[in-house]
Order: sequence, then structure tokens, then C-alpha cells
Amino acid sequence: MEELHKSPAYPDRDRLYKGPIAIIECIEEIPCNPCEAACSNGAITIGESITNLPKMDFEKCVACGRCIPACPGLAIYIKDYTYSDTKALLSFPYEYYPLPEVNDIVEAVDRHGNTLCQAKVIKVRNPKSNDHTAVVTIEYPKEYFEEVISIKRIK
Amino acid sequence: MIQTELAIVGAGPAGLSAAIEARRAGADVLLIDENARPGGQLFKQIHKFFGSRAHKAGTRGINIGTELLRESQELGIRTCLKGEVCGIENGQNLWVVIDRNRSEIVKAKKIILATGATENAVAFPGWDLPGIMGAGAAQTMINVNRVLPGRKVLMLGSGNVGVIVSYQLLQAGADVVAVLEAAPKLGGYGVHTAKVARAGVPFYVSHTVKQAFGTDHVEAVEIVKLDASFNQIPGTERIMEADTVCLATGLTPLTELAWLAGCKFKYLPALGGHLPIHDDRMRTTKENIFVAGDITGIEEASTAMEEGRLAGINAAADLGYISEEEAKIRSREIWDSLNCLRSGYFGQKRRESKDLMLQTGNEVIQWKIH
Amino acid sequence: MNRIIHHPILGEKKPSKEVVIYVDDKPIIAHEGEMIAAALIANGIFINRYTLHKHKPRGIYCAIGRCTDCIMTVDGVPNIRTCITEVKEGMRITTQKGAGVWQKEDQQ
Repeated sequence: MEELHKSPAYPDRDRLYKGPIAIIECIEEIPCNPCEAACSNGAITIGESITNLPKMDFEKCVACGRCIPACPGLAIYIKDYTYSDTKALLSFPYEYYPLPEVNDIVEAVDRHGNTLCQAKVIKVRNPKSNDHTAVVTIEYPKEYFEEVISIKRIK
Repeated sequence: MIQTELAIVGAGPAGLSAAIEARRAGADVLLIDENARPGGQLFKQIHKFFGSRAHKAGTRGINIGTELLRESQELGIRTCLKGEVCGIENGQNLWVVIDRNRSEIVKAKKIILATGATENAVAFPGWDLPGIMGAGAAQTMINVNRVLPGRKVLMLGSGNVGVIVSYQLLQAGADVVAVLEAAPKLGGYGVHTAKVARAGVPFYVSHTVKQAFGTDHVEAVEIVKLDASFNQIPGTERIMEADTVCLATGLTPLTELAWLAGCKFKYLPALGGHLPIHDDRMRTTKENIFVAGDITGIEEASTAMEEGRLAGINAAADLGYISEEEAKIRSREIWDSLNCLRSGYFGQKRRESKDLMLQTGNEVIQWKIH
Repeated sequence: MNRIIHHPILGEKKPSKEVVIYVDDKPIIAHEGEMIAAALIANGIFINRYTLHKHKPRGIYCAIGRCTDCIMTVDGVPNIRTCITEVKEGMRITTQKGAGVWQKEDQQ
């Protein structure tokens, strides 16, 4: 977690809680740069050397979500602490069958797959242009804002 | 007897890329593969590749494979499938057994060996039980043949193959009961590992399989902790139920044909062991024989494709279809690309080994490209 | 059911032409164009052969035609690598014991 907070793509506490924001959990120098071209606002920078860690310009990020399915490592997601009084929002990549459906109640999990709370599916997008990486949006209790990262695989 | 200007053994990413470059330049190419379908290991890679956009990053391996096949078909590249190259004579003639019922001699002016690699084995009591297989084998079954070889899988090895196949087993509907890693540190890219971790799969470092149990099929395994010297620590054994064990413990280049042909070898453990010496144009020490892809060292599909292009261009130059000047320029571009793919922390050992290989290769390989 | 019908990346399995093959005289349904070993796994058969001396069961190991753990006798010919050999309608496959026995006359 410490390395995450130090990476150039992780928002500082203020920004993280301020509204919808894309977060890239990419902290190893791998030659990889599709995220850079995916952002139509130019908020993501890798640069000349493609092993550079992605750098996020939080002023330019409008949390449109286009970067989520573009990352081959499925390392990008969007969070919004301000979604409602009690709930936060998470949009994340999901590549399992079956896909959840809107209004489904699902189990929200942390980075180790532990169920932290229940969540409701708000949106499921899987256009052809995503090449089979669906983007699922859930609303979940604010208390678990930072820990929740995905949902338990639906069988 | 079949005659050709350039015979390429292996129609995986390296072989296909080489065939495409050479054919585009105008050379007469014969692409030989022992399988019923070309593509090598590409059609098992259902995940999106890393790399730069120029390297088709973000594209799934299967789609890269389809693209290469389409190109090779459009160029009308002669392909001999179900053809096993069993020997090379005088560095010119390939002995090919076709469809298991007849043999042919292929007389080629130039040869590119792109035979890839095979999975390593880790032996423990019970390892020969049905249900215990290479990670790549499970990957072939689920992604190419669309059958599930099991539902409760133990993965031995946390390198990229281990975590990628674990993820794909989850996608296929199996459960991965655990990923074991003998070393004290996990081996794969963090992002690959993260996908599997957040699916709830436990990872155990400093662990290995002590033995497997079952009568006709694996039913359970005994796992054990290892100390700093990789010795099993008595008393740390634990039984885990599993109906499948996948061994993701590294790959070794398939170099038999290079040995048979009389190529000289160099030992580089970081790239998989004994490797045919090659120079910066992918020439081996044997005149007229080139190599490309995993046979030259275990890397990835992206480097295999680039090395294939390098070999194809230089073989075509050697045949007179590309000028020395153009070959030099295009080779330089591919080397920039390869250096890019081998950069960063994970590429370091491969880069250093390849540098050592080139030092030797450029020094000892004497035959010139005309 | 060991066949993967729905897959998040590969999509729905396209309907295949079914072929009947015989494994130790028992008919099983295979899909046209698939490898023998895959057809067997789809039907819950994981043993391809028994070793010569200790009669231990063996199943697929490498699945790419390199290791020979999956060999079976097919239409009278022993030592066929079932992981890289396609099924054919009416094929007769037997679980091989040891090195197998040629059931066809040597054609050479």
C-alpha cells in the first residue's frame, strides 16, 4: 500500500475524496503504455521510455472511464467518494462469465479477495470496443471506500 | 525432394513473423510446423499483451495470432503442417516426416530454426498421476480445446505463466486452491498477481509440493514450507485437496535441431540454459542457419516476433532480396524495439544475457551475409 | 460437464458437428476437429495409458505433442499422441498398456 501511495498515478488524500477519479495501480516498471493513448484528455503520461510508471494529471482527469478497459493488466479503476451521502462508487474491469446485471447485490472484495461488504450493481458496460473487458460500476458503503477494489467472481 | 530458398521450422510467432518478412521481400519460403494448426503458443494467450502500442500492446495474443495467419495467407506463404523436422543434413537438407506416413527431404538455401520451448518438470512422489500437468497444458486445454481438465487446481510457480494461467483457469470456471512459490518472493508481474489475489486465491511463498496422492487421478497434495536453502522444513506439511496440479516452473528452449546441425552453444541460465550462439542478425555459427524466438532464450511472444522479423529480413538479404544497406537499417530499428521490450527491472537479466550472447556471437560468427 | 460453453473472452462455443469415437469399445461423443485427448477429457476420461512395468496410469502432461504421456493406440496403431491428433468419425481408441501392440500389418 505504501508503494501505491508513492506512485505518480495515485491521488493524494484530498483529491481521492474530492470526487470521481481514475486510479492506476501500476507500480512496477514494465514496458507498457496503452493507457497513455487511451485517455482522450491527455491526463495519463508514460513518455518516451515505456517502462516509466504512468503519471496521472488529476486536473485533466474527468473520470470518463475510457482507460479502464485499455490497461492490459486490469490495473485501472475509478472511484467516487462523493457519490451519495452513504455510498461511494467504484467502476472496475471485470472479465468473468457471467457478467453481473444492474441492480444485482454482489459481494465487494479487497485486494486479497476478502468480502468486506455488499454492493449494488449500478452499471455494466461491455461494448465490442472493450475487447471483452467489461466495466462494472457498483455503489457500496463509504466506510469501505479505500479497501474495496472489485467484486467476488459470480459463478 | 522439395526445394525452397528459405525453410522455416516452426510456425509460432517467431516463424510466422520471419516468413512474412522474407516473403514480402520476395523470397520463396516454406514454413514447416509439426502441428495441425500454425500459431505456436499464441492461440492459448487470451490475455491482452503489454508492450508499446507499436508492439500491438492491448491486443489479445489470440488476435495477434489471427492477424499473423491472415498476413501469411495473403502473401501465399507455402506452409507444411503436420510436418516434423527430424534432422538436418549438411546444414542444407531437412528431413521432414509428413503426416506420420511419409518422409521428404527439403533442400533449402537458408534455414531459420524457430522451434520454441517446452515446459520444465518438477518431480515429486505422485507427480506422474493423471491430473498433474504443465501449466501450458492446462492453458491449451481451456483456451484452445475449450475443455476443463479439472475444477480444483493447485498452481506450482508464481511467475507470469503461473499467475496468467491461474487467472485463465478462473475465467474458464475452475477454482485455484492456491499458488505456491518456492522462492521467498513472488515471481510474476504485480498486476498479473493482483488479478488472481483479488479473486481470493491464496499465495504461499517458500512453499512447494512434497507429494501428490490419488489412485487413478490426483486427489490431494501435501504442501511443505522451505527454508532459506530450499530444504523442506519437517513439521510444516499440510494437505490440500486438488484434482489438478499445474507446474509453472519455467521453460527450456527446444534446441535439438540446432545441436544436430552442429551449431555451437553458450550456457546462459537466465534465458533457459544451453542456447545456440547467435549474432545481431540472428545467424548461428553454422553457415546458412538462423534462429529466432524462444529457441534463442525464453522470453515472450513480442520478442519472438521481433527476432523472427530480424531473422527473416537477414535471411532474405542473404538470398539477395534485400540490400545490405536496407538490412542494416531495418535490423537497427528492430534492435531498438527489442531493447525497449527488454528494458526495466524485469527485463534486466534477459538484457544482460542477450548482451553476453551477442558479444560471443558477433565475435565467433564468421560467415557473411552476401 | 467438462466442456466450456460460455467463456468471458472466447465467447459462446459455436455448435460443432458431433462425431462418434470408440474408447475401449465404448462410444463417446466428440466434436469434429478436436484433439482426441480433449474429447476424452470432455467425457471425463483422464487416463490415456498404463506404464509397462508398474502399470501406473498416465494422462496428459504437456498437451503439445512433446512428452508422450498421452499416447494411446488409435485404429490399430500404437503410440499416437492424442493431444495433437484430431478425432475422426468411427475412430477406435484403446487405453494403451506399455508400448502397445501393432494391430495392423506392417505395411513397409
